[in-house]
Amino acid sequence: MFRRLSIGLLGRSCIGFAGCLFLGVAVNAAQGQNPFAGDAKAAKAGEYEFRINCALCHGLGARGGGRGPDLTRAVKKHTHSDADMFQVISNGIPGTAMPANGTNGQGVGMTDEEVWQIITYIRSQEVKAPANAAGNAAHGKDLFYGDANCSLCHMVEGKGGRLGPELTSVGGSRTREAIVDSVRNPSRRLAWGLTESTKEFPQEYESVAVVTADGKEIKGVTLNEDSFSVQIMDANEKIHLLEKAKLRSFQKSRQSAMPKYGADVLSDKDLADIVAYLVSVGAK
Amino acid sequence: MTERGGIGPSRAWKSGPLRAASRLRKWIEAFRPCATRGLKPTDTPFARRGAKAPLFHGVTRFAAILELLLLAAFVPADAQVTFERLANSAKEPQNWMTYSGDYAGKRFSALDQINTSTAHSMVAKWVYQTGATGKLETTPLVVDGIMYATAQDDRAFALDARTGRPIWMYQRQVPSDIRPCCGRVNRGLAILGDKVFMGTLDAHVIALDAKTGAVVWDVTAADYRTGHSFTVAPLAVKGLIVIGVSGGEYGVRGFIDAYDADTGKRKWRFYTVPGPGEPGHDSWEGDSWKVGGAPAWNTGTYDPITNQIFWPTGNPAPSNRGEGRAGDNLYSNSLLALNADTGKMNWYFQFTRHDEHDWDATQVPVMIDAGSKHLIAQANRNGFFYVLDRTTGKLISANAYGKTTWSDTKDTEGRPVAKKEASPTLEGHTVCPGALGTTNFMAPTYSPQTGLFYVTARDQCDIFSTAPQPYEAGHAYYGSAYFPSEEARPYLGFLKAIDPATGEIKWKFEHTSPTWSGVLSTAGGLVFTGDAEGDFIAFDAASGKPLWHFQMGGAVYAAPMAFAVDRKEYVAIAAGSAVYAFGLP
Repeated sequence: MFRRLSIGLLGRSCIGFAGCLFLGVAVNAAQGQNPFAGDAKAAKAGEYEFRINCALCHGLGARGGGRGPDLTRAVKKHTHSDADMFQVISNGIPGTAMPANGTNGQGVGMTDEEVWQIITYIRSQEVKAPANAAGNAAHGKDLFYGDANCSLCHMVEGKGGRLGPELTSVGGSRTREAIVDSVRNPSRRLAWGLTESTKEFPQEYESVAVVTADGKEIKGVTLNEDSFSVQIMDANEKIHLLEKAKLRSFQKSRQSAMPKYGADVLSDKDLADIVAYLVSVGAK
Repeated sequence: MTERGGIGPSRAWKSGPLRAASRLRKWIEAFRPCATRGLKPTDTPFARRGAKAPLFHGVTRFAAILELLLLAAFVPADAQVTFERLANSAKEPQNWMTYSGDYAGKRFSALDQINTSTAHSMVAKWVYQTGATGKLETTPLVVDGIMYATAQDDRAFALDARTGRPIWMYQRQVPSDIRPCCGRVNRGLAILGDKVFMGTLDAHVIALDAKTGAVVWDVTAADYRTGHSFTVAPLAVKGLIVIGVSGGEYGVRGFIDAYDADTGKRKWRFYTVPGPGEPGHDSWEGDSWKVGGAPAWNTGTYDPITNQIFWPTGNPAPSNRGEGRAGDNLYSNSLLALNADTGKMNWYFQFTRHDEHDWDATQVPVMIDAGSKHLIAQANRNGFFYVLDRTTGKLISANAYGKTTWSDTKDTEGRPVAKKEASPTLEGHTVCPGALGTTNFMAPTYSPQTGLFYVTARDQCDIFSTAPQPYEAGHAYYGSAYFPSEEARPYLGFLKAIDPATGEIKWKFEHTSPTWSGVLSTAGGLVFTGDAEGDFIAFDAASGKPLWHFQMGGAVYAAPMAFAVDRKEYVAIAAGSAVYAFGLP
């Protein structure tokens, strides 16, 4: 409370150029260094703060959730230093779902102290480079675009299909385990598709089968849907815009349109190579 | 500030020229056809429409023009919204003068031009873009052809209800460090006399001139820096403006206030967490009452016969951790019956004792009269539909109307009791409903025509896990974390029609995803609601069959209302960043 108030007063007293310059330097210095670095008690407090404010997206243990990246990996896409991380947590990342969480953000603002505690916690959870090195990314790429048929439905760096989620950045934001799981068990957690800013739930890659009034069968994934209309992409990437009331039948399923890749179809080693490829692209 | 140009009502009746104007008006009346004599702008537009034709005839026309000029210049008191009008709102169905449309909380419109036969032809009449971002939760008021509504960040505006064109706008300068838990939202205004009233995000109560939007008075109810705020639409009762505080997520000590509508002077305050020496104080462990929460952030209802206000309260704080506040934690998650003049409590009923799941009981309590029975019903966030005797507060029935796993037994009074294992744990486990509840702030409706209670419901379970948190003034105070439970996906959203006599679900409509829209019922045999996909839908109230829909392009977090101008019925709702009005072509 007092700290925040005093910052507010400083802000208001920032009138002359020199004064503002001074304030800027002071704030940067204050935000550049984690006052709790390595402090186990602060990390524990940060763990609770993380659960309350971050885990919904980033998962328990910071290991990535349905929409937020895994934060336990040492190399992060948007943040490197503690100061970067402080900025990102406080101000959010424009163009992504990451909101501003500082005291000026909407919703429950976190104090500077709490942000530092969370950073301390995240650092304590970081896993350094995996012991068993990644796999063969070049071979993974061959499989992705070749025998494994991934690119029939998935696009990476502008190349591939459109029926499934675009995967260029997935390697930078999901754990290897999460990627492996979604290949082995595609239906366990459907990927998110279209996200509308004011809507609570994004569209998911649900499978859909309809029969039109003239008896035509269409199977595909839903691009979007409301109570009265549905927008579908079929396996040929053709988009169908349909009114539900005019359909003879409409069936939706949470069984993913993606086939389940068991170990008999795709060996652990080959899958590791594909993941290595995705991680190498995602790290760019 | 009140007296712009010296035409404020209080002065109007005293000044000489106005007495003259009043005499002149009587003189004018003498020339007018009988049918229009004595008609004031407060009369129904249907009647005024009848008066329109003579406007084109000689003397009458001259007299009418004179009268219009006089009305415009000197007689604003005619347009005043008196307490009597609010108490008899059924007599003027063209107007929507309180948050729920009437004191009973029914959100039912007696208009029937738009009905099961005509609804299919409805069209959008106008759209008003507020320019605000975030969740638009307002229910507009309409009085005598003017719509009054609010938007995020404490905006208020008045529109020509026929066209949506703004008459005035008010934008509060909200401090940058306010602490709204759940969006910078506002759910609407109250109107009384010649003023509209709003609670603000920085915990002020303000009165605005209904004609200009100018601030008439502005009082501080509490310190926003300790987490107090207002998002609720106030309720005007007699000469008082009743309002409940938000801040259950910040460990405020909740209260319900009543302010003198003329002056802004606080007339009473009821603390929803009793202090030392007061009954119920011993339901709190140690000093936990000081930060006990129990906010009152949704609009209550009022029974003019017994002069009782029924106001619901929210969660105890911290919202999801019971450790440290052993006891029932009165009067959190309760319905309170307060004397409107004094704020003294007549009775209370606690829905969820010692809540650990954030199940605020802040849903609109709806007064229902069934024969000689005077009831009050609430579809509670905890998943049960409660019916109470509103004279005594005694429970009559409690039936689940959605997916609930937290209770499988009832106490001797019939109240659902929480299972011990429903408490959040450190590791976390799944409980239904989730923290967002089976329903939430979305306003329900009761149609006397069908005898059914309609409510937006959601089936979603959450994993509740504790995360101990010390209290710090002005800082979020949850004491836990909760996540949507993946096993329960997909989360389902419904509009449900409940028979209050039996608790039976008569019909339900499944939305594409859960919605935050409230519900309106009308004498046209219709029920209206919106959805998260942006559709506004009219249903047959008896069968649940959708009869009409319109894609508004933005998710709905508001509740619909209905009004009429020039004998034409409109149904209005806020969605996305805009207010929409629909009617027949």
